[in-house]
Amino acid sequence: MAELNKLTLSEARDLLRKKELTSLELTQSCLTAIEEGSKLNAFVHGTADIAVERARAADARLAGGDAPDMCGLPIGIKDLFCTTGAPSQAASKILEGFVPEYESTVSQKLADAGAVMLGKLNMDEFAMGSSNETSVYGNAINPWRDQQTELTPGGSSGGSAAAVAGDLCLAATGTDTGGSIRQPAAFTGIVGIKPTYGRCSRWGIVAFASSLDQAGPMTKSVRDAAIMLEAMCGHDAKDSTSADLPVPNFEAALTGDIRGKKIAIPKEYRMEGMPAEIEQLWSDGSDMLRDAGAEIIDVSLPHTKYALPAYYVIAPAEASSNLARYDGVRYGRRAKIEASEGITQMYEKTRAEGFGAEVQRRIMIGTYVLSAGFYDAYYNRARRVRALIKKDFDDVFQAGADAILTPATPSAAFPIGAMETMDPVQMYLNDVFTVTVNLAGLPGISVPAGLDKNGLPLGLQLIGRPWEEGDLLNTAYALENAAGFVAKATKWW
Amino acid sequence: MSIDTATAARVAKLARIKVEEAALPALAEEFNMILGFIEQLNEVDVEGVEPMTSVTPQRLKRRKDDVTDGDQQDKVLSNAPDAREGFFAVPKVVE
Repeated sequence: MAELNKLTLSEARDLLRKKELTSLELTQSCLTAIEEGSKLNAFVHGTADIAVERARAADARLAGGDAPDMCGLPIGIKDLFCTTGAPSQAASKILEGFVPEYESTVSQKLADAGAVMLGKLNMDEFAMGSSNETSVYGNAINPWRDQQTELTPGGSSGGSAAAVAGDLCLAATGTDTGGSIRQPAAFTGIVGIKPTYGRCSRWGIVAFASSLDQAGPMTKSVRDAAIMLEAMCGHDAKDSTSADLPVPNFEAALTGDIRGKKIAIPKEYRMEGMPAEIEQLWSDGSDMLRDAGAEIIDVSLPHTKYALPAYYVIAPAEASSNLARYDGVRYGRRAKIEASEGITQMYEKTRAEGFGAEVQRRIMIGTYVLSAGFYDAYYNRARRVRALIKKDFDDVFQAGADAILTPATPSAAFPIGAMETMDPVQMYLNDVFTVTVNLAGLPGISVPAGLDKNGLPLGLQLIGRPWEEGDLLNTAYALENAAGFVAKATKWW
Repeated sequence: MSIDTATAARVAKLARIKVEEAALPALAEEFNMILGFIEQLNEVDVEGVEPMTSVTPQRLKRRKDDVTDGDQQDKVLSNAPDAREGFFAVPKVVE
């Protein structure tokens, strides 16, 4: 069978169960694709030995006949997840050489379900970025190109997006603090879901902003997202914010029937200067859902405009606290100091050498907004605004909306380096449609829905009620069916 | 609110990140740009709104105060830049 690496999770699962394929064949096909795809710079640490060992174990389990859905399926893991015996650096110089003695709960759950880890995936340093250009490993490259121009796969889960879109693996894990799953998914023509805050355990995932961070799958189809999300979810005593709720069978929710569902269109997302193509895609998406039997309603989320500024107080504040642990004492890199220097110089040099510019910027902004005299003016005010943003969503769902439809990103993927001369705020605007969802703790999914005039993928975002990922996935499934997005990047690598 | 180089230096010190004197003006300028963006929050009427502590109304789970982990000194020290005799080693802290 040719090009097994191009299979979806569900196709591969069915072939494995029918014994028409072995996990070892599938895994080797991906390992070859990873080698050939090195120009994408998506995989940054290979774990071929672990992969082959897990593939053999999966084949034995499949032969036994009671294998879970993910059994034998080769996937990539974002570098933010700690994985036993495999480098886990959060794409930072400060964690150079760090090899965890423990496994994150999410990657452990996937391993327990029989999934095969192929390696670790590129990302923005500490998940801070929207273009994968802040990584110590260098830029990840989008498999999609505009003529000959190299484009960013988005960020922070840029390596995950590039790897899935380029068929280097069947699916990948991502994490999303302000849009880091959904924006790269939209930029590369794949599906990415951030579940409700608390669905996936955060234990063992390098922390960025703890009240916003969530893990989720990045896949080639909505069905795959349902399958993989189910394997990643569940209560974990090691994360005190992990929800003690049963995990439904998400795949079983995919009926494609959305008749009578109310889909809300929030007027505040019609931003000034929004490209006509994005506006067209959004209205096409709403027509598709209406044609599928849903009722389209206009709603207002009045505090939308304040989501990004609130995020750029709260996320840096939490990051400054979380990243205080990188001090060159217990793990990672330690700077050399002069004989006359002491421990404070050691901390200061270690952090100056180990953190990149964007991470330093956010730590210092966070330090400032939490410092004496400014805590109320910035941090507490931002947390109050956050409460109002959440209330906006509560009101819309209270009024009967089942899901909210918005664009996923304000543009298609942009060229590598395009933001270099801009101020940092311009890069932050990439998350304008996604960041509200993190602030409100809601589930959000990005679905590829069309191409722009240059032939680049564009995505639509659906936002669901808390804990109703099944219903959200089903609406996304109906949108996917109607949009019929099948385009793939032409292989140039 | 405008940040001068002295404030930028103080923030860098609090964050324990060494910033060269020459880099402070550019850093202060960046802070001002980002804080200018954040200033929009002052337009919002937040009177009577409680600062959010948790997105889901939840009470953190409690468990019995039992020892559930430990006795892993080798593993704990395995990634240390400098570990000696079962301890993390750091430059001299007291004279």
